Amino acid sequence: MSTVTETKPEFDGRAARQVARETRRHEKTAQKRLTSKTATLIAIVIAIFWTIPTFSLFVTSFRPGSDSQTTGWWTVFVDPAFTLDNYYDALTSGGTALTLGQSFLNSLAIAIPATAIPIALASLAAYAFAWIDFKGKSGLFIFVFALQIVPIQMALVPLLSLFSRGLEINGVAVFPGFELRGVEHSFATVWIAHAIFAMPLAIFLLHNFISEIPREVIEAARVDGAGHGQIFFRMILPLAMPAIASFGIFQFLWVWNDLLVATIFAPSSSLPLTQTLNSLSGSWGDRWYLQSAGTFISIIVPLIVFFALQRFFVRGLLAGATKG
Amino acid sequence: MSQTKLTEPLVFHDEKQPPKSPRARKIATIVALAAGALAVVAVILLWLSPPVDDAPPTSLGFSLNSFFVWLGGMHPLVQIPIVLVVFGVVVGLVLVLIEFAPRRGRAYTWLRIAACFVLPLLAFMLLRPYQNAVVYVVAIALGLGALLFFADYRSREGAGYVFQLVIFLAPALLLLLLGLIYPAISTFFQSFFDKSGEQFVGLENYIWTFTNAEGFWSVINTIIWALFAPTLSTIIGLAYAAFIDRARGEKILKVLVFMPVAISFVGAGIIWKFIYDYRQGEQIGLLNAIVTMFGGEPVGWLDAQPLINTFALLAVFIWTQTGFAMVILSAAIKAIPTEQLEAAQLDGASAWQRFTNVTVPGIRSSLIVVLTTITIASLKVYDIVAVMTGGRSNSSVLGFEMVNQQQRFQSYGHSSALAVVLFLFVLPLIIYNARQMRKQKEIR
Repeated sequence: MSTVTETKPEFDGRAARQVARETRRHEKTAQKRLTSKTATLIAIVIAIFWTIPTFSLFVTSFRPGSDSQTTGWWTVFVDPAFTLDNYYDALTSGGTALTLGQSFLNSLAIAIPATAIPIALASLAAYAFAWIDFKGKSGLFIFVFALQIVPIQMALVPLLSLFSRGLEINGVAVFPGFELRGVEHSFATVWIAHAIFAMPLAIFLLHNFISEIPREVIEAARVDGAGHGQIFFRMILPLAMPAIASFGIFQFLWVWNDLLVATIFAPSSSLPLTQTLNSLSGSWGDRWYLQSAGTFISIIVPLIVFFALQRFFVRGLLAGATKG
Repeated sequence: MSQTKLTEPLVFHDEKQPPKSPRARKIATIVALAAGALAVVAVILLWLSPPVDDAPPTSLGFSLNSFFVWLGGMHPLVQIPIVLVVFGVVVGLVLVLIEFAPRRGRAYTWLRIAACFVLPLLAFMLLRPYQNAVVYVVAIALGLGALLFFADYRSREGAGYVFQLVIFLAPALLLLLLGLIYPAISTFFQSFFDKSGEQFVGLENYIWTFTNAEGFWSVINTIIWALFAPTLSTIIGLAYAAFIDRARGEKILKVLVFMPVAISFVGAGIIWKFIYDYRQGEQIGLLNAIVTMFGGEPVGWLDAQPLINTFALLAVFIWTQTGFAMVILSAAIKAIPTEQLEAAQLDGASAWQRFTNVTVPGIRSSLIVVLTTITIASLKVYDIVAVMTGGRSNSSVLGFEMVNQQQRFQSYGHSSALAVVLFLFVLPLIIYNARQMRKQKEIR
């Protein structure tokens, strides 16, 4: 048998560099042909068109009231005049009802627990669905996922009745509802309502992520003698932080921007920003200098969260967030 | 269901207990049957018991309600850390319970027994059952507790397994049961009763939905929303994503269009009310200013019928949703392998041909997800209509009218029927959406 000598191909540095150069050149031409100048121009036009509405209100919020009531906001470019009075007025107006400033605090007090509670409960359930076996698991999981079908509007009235009138079985009153009438700042019903409505999607999203944690990691902990409780707290929670962060931001924005749940469940002393802005908008009517300032006070927090945490927000969206 | 990713479960086999003696099993079975029977009897007795007026609620001196009353007396900002801490403590206790549940040994067995009975009892008592019902409630709680212990005891996976499972799932599932399932069923039944909720009226509320002006226009407008909002948002979003793909300044162009997604519908409504502003004389609303600049008369956009005001409202929704479509489609476009595009280019395909024959089929599943998601969102709209028109001039949609009927007219029957119709519109879409998402996950 003759030995076959393998000749190792010599590494030809010059040829390699030449190939690399050609590739880069091809990529550049391909790129140029894929994105033409007209396309970019149209995109810029669309972007401008999309920004104008917000921009117009932003400009108006800094113009003195007398100006914005009589002239279009675009005249500010020829006749600039700016003031911060609108913001001060918007924050403090409200008479006997809530001011925007108070509502801002209410929104904060509603949004933070309404984000934390569903996350905690959903991650417990998601872990069970992902890593504990039981009969009927897949059926139950589909059912929980399918509960996203139920529009909030369908659950509103009975849930409200449960909170205020309690549970009645066949005419027999079993549990009274919550008696929170004289309470100064009661958010309990809003927290619970938001937690309920967030649950199906939260369980689904967190389960997606938790089920993708490698088995070996968890089994290694098991070998070390940890039970489900420790595994959940010491391992799953830290590992699932990206998903929790993404969903958390999403949920926070959703609750902050929510109007419907607040309208139905929040008592009149605990109205969040959206509600107060809505009713003030009605009474401010044509006074756009106030409306604009009020609107911006209400959207400044979402915008900050959005700009600062864009990455997580987008990731939450791409993970299939179908909140709607 | 093999398509959804449900992983191989972890079973901790070494916790299995030695086989129990037949006598022990018999005792356990008897105890369980007795407890089950007790619970059932208690439920029946509760069902049949006569209504008692003015029975005061019993409480342990401390209840969920008293906690909320105490909490609500504080400043909103102070409530935040208190709630988080209390909730954290409760969850922590739950985790401790989970951790200790499956351990072997007499002390832990007693812990499990105690927890099985104390937890349901505590849960029910925290809700302050009325005096006439409290006996039955206690009996039901104890019965459930015994059933739980029995199920746990007999479980093949060893002690504590079922117990742990129940504790993991119970909070979430209970919330869903009380907050979504029961209300949904209740609304469904209420739609067949009249305004007061007492008189059965069959399909009358549904007939009202389609014949009464408000109901009729709600349905028509909702259909228009559902047809135009997703298609326009997706087309613009797709075109935009394709145009800015790998262009210079792509990031900032993305942010500009995506920004409205973060704005609340209330804010968006006010922003666009400003654009639609209608007055005589000098215009301050952008749209009417443009109209008058071209010599036309200013138009009251939000009151223009038929259907013009619906489209005016629709524009606001599209303004917010396009960014969402764009982000998802942009990610999908970037996921298309460049070799495919280059191969098409080498074959002589023009940019447009490359787009329609390579890109669009390649992002098909994302397109479907975007379309169905926006459609579902458009069906549930409430805020935009509430803020901009309050439903006047026939601009209402199902999602708004349902609440409107409830709040303004106290008409439970009508609002329930509207809610059910809304549900029926949404149902096929979510099923379709779910299937598409599962398919999409498989490809990834």
